[in-house]
Amino acid sequence: MPKFKGVDYFNIESLLSEEEIMIRNSVREFVSEEVIPIIEKYNRESKFPLELVPKMAELGLLGTNLPQKYGCAELNNVAYGLVMQELERGDSGIRSFVSVQSALVMYPIFTFGSEEQKEKWLPLLAKGEKVGCFGLTEPDFGSNPGGMVTKAEKVDGGFKLNGAKMWITNGTIADVAVVWAKLDGIVRGFLVEKGFKGFTAPEMKGKHSLRASVTSELVFDNVFVPEENLLPKTEGLKNALMCLNQARYGIAWGVVGAMMACYEAALNYAKSRVQFSKPIAAYQMTQEKLVYILTEITKAQLLNLQLGRMKDNKTLRHTQVSMAKRNNCEKALEVARISREILGANGILDEYPVMRHSMNLESVKTYEGTHEMHTLIIGEDITGYSAFE
Amino acid sequence: MKIAVCISHVPDTATKINIAKDEKTIDPNGVTYIINPYDEFAVEEALKMKEKFGGDSEVIAISVGGDNNKETIRKALAMGVDRGILLKDENFRDSFGIAKALSDEIKIQGCTLVFFGKQSVDYDNAITGQLTASMLGYSCIAVVVNLKIDGDKIIAEREIEGGKEVVEAKLPAVITAQKGLNEPRYASLKGIMAAKKKIIEEKQAASFESLTEVIRLKKPAPKKPGRILGTDSSVVPELVKLLHEEAKVI
Repeated sequence: MPKFKGVDYFNIESLLSEEEIMIRNSVREFVSEEVIPIIEKYNRESKFPLELVPKMAELGLLGTNLPQKYGCAELNNVAYGLVMQELERGDSGIRSFVSVQSALVMYPIFTFGSEEQKEKWLPLLAKGEKVGCFGLTEPDFGSNPGGMVTKAEKVDGGFKLNGAKMWITNGTIADVAVVWAKLDGIVRGFLVEKGFKGFTAPEMKGKHSLRASVTSELVFDNVFVPEENLLPKTEGLKNALMCLNQARYGIAWGVVGAMMACYEAALNYAKSRVQFSKPIAAYQMTQEKLVYILTEITKAQLLNLQLGRMKDNKTLRHTQVSMAKRNNCEKALEVARISREILGANGILDEYPVMRHSMNLESVKTYEGTHEMHTLIIGEDITGYSAFE
Repeated sequence: MKIAVCISHVPDTATKINIAKDEKTIDPNGVTYIINPYDEFAVEEALKMKEKFGGDSEVIAISVGGDNNKETIRKALAMGVDRGILLKDENFRDSFGIAKALSDEIKIQGCTLVFFGKQSVDYDNAITGQLTASMLGYSCIAVVVNLKIDGDKIIAEREIEGGKEVVEAKLPAVITAQKGLNEPRYASLKGIMAAKKKIIEEKQAASFESLTEVIRLKKPAPKKPGRILGTDSSVVPELVKLLHEEAKVI
């Protein structure tokens, strides 16, 4: 296969710094050489490629935008976004692993943790020696996490945790879970470690989506959590939502990578697949599809770049992240489906990446705030009326 | 130990090359440039030697060319090279001219171990490392796939037609790297950020009269189109005959 050269119809690269381009290229090369050659096998076997964790850590992909003091690369947010984009060109499950480790585990420990917690966990998580997960969603509380029933009770020397979480990426392989539970009616964050008595994390089986990623339940049956494992600066649900906002930002970028992979596959296929004695790329209906895809990729790229620049100069509002997540995920799923149509029957085979991306994007459109919730968040922002509360 | 790694800035091997109107240079439009792939093995080996020798060992990347070569030097810095030197000359230089500029600089820097890629994939002369060694009076081992250095003794395995040759030499030396010598590391994100703060010193390359001159670039002749003998089994004997007699592949 020819080397992937990116999709950049509007010369958006000219808006990136030299370091941002180098970072993107380095991750792009890594994905081409280390992820793409193995991903279909893991997807088929429904396994997460754990072998990639030390390699990703060595490259510096875990907690990329946190300070160097903790062993991280301290990238700006545009570079962080480009990392997510390139990873998801490989697979949404791989990007999810990095998103969770970085935005949902390292970020809350960095933001709401004590200095001891940061020094203990962040370097280990950056090196990939420890894996983390994030427990907020419950079986009955998805879009409405404030209704959670997982509870912490103060006991001598710590807390007693009871309840269950669901749809937790990395759960079964995690060494530490950032778990959100109500303590005296207020949502607080706790670091629950593998091996704590009464804590189990069974894997959820039978997924048609994100098959190369581990999804689990977390069950807490009278789990004792020592005092020093409470994230001291958490003071309500909004802290958990701040984490999600980080993750959503990464998703908005990530799905552009999935779109690029689908576009590349569809364009190459259309140029080589001959029907009625000419390539299908020569037919107007195929051209319309390809042009639509390329236009949506370009729009999403511009949305992301400005989103990242606003995040870097600290003018970003969470509703703007909602708009990018909402739009880009919806368009990515559409792009994957149209690409599959261009590939015809071949599109359903795992010889091509398109169907895998299409299946993955079904989840990505729903997790970290469903498409519908992001619609209502923006709707409330512009009208002043909340349509969900 | 001071280690030099000499790197060149070449068109990406995946780029389609067009010849410019002067018929002597390539048309730079739409061409992306990369670090010469063989030089990546050289950089990796230089870094490994630095790690092995430790102490105050230093790796210096040196490149001869225009301002754009800084991109390639920056890549080497991101992989872990300590500092870079750009010997500026926007004009074409043949291998002699490049080796002259490099050897002068290596002398100034006092590097006793020098790495090159075995050839640059742009002009493919595969000679700059050897010329540089000769100008410096260093030993030279080319097309190396395995390298061990103990004190000032070097044992290197090099690829030769149909086999391998094990060579012993003494420092100071020039080594040219072949694919297989190592697995070049990726430029890590921390390395890329650190490279921003590393220094690329720019100097004018001493003027030098090239000994050879490019008078014309030519594209390879286009491939002849395939031939269809027929679409059923009756043409198999004819096909076998042509594969044997004309194409000489069976």
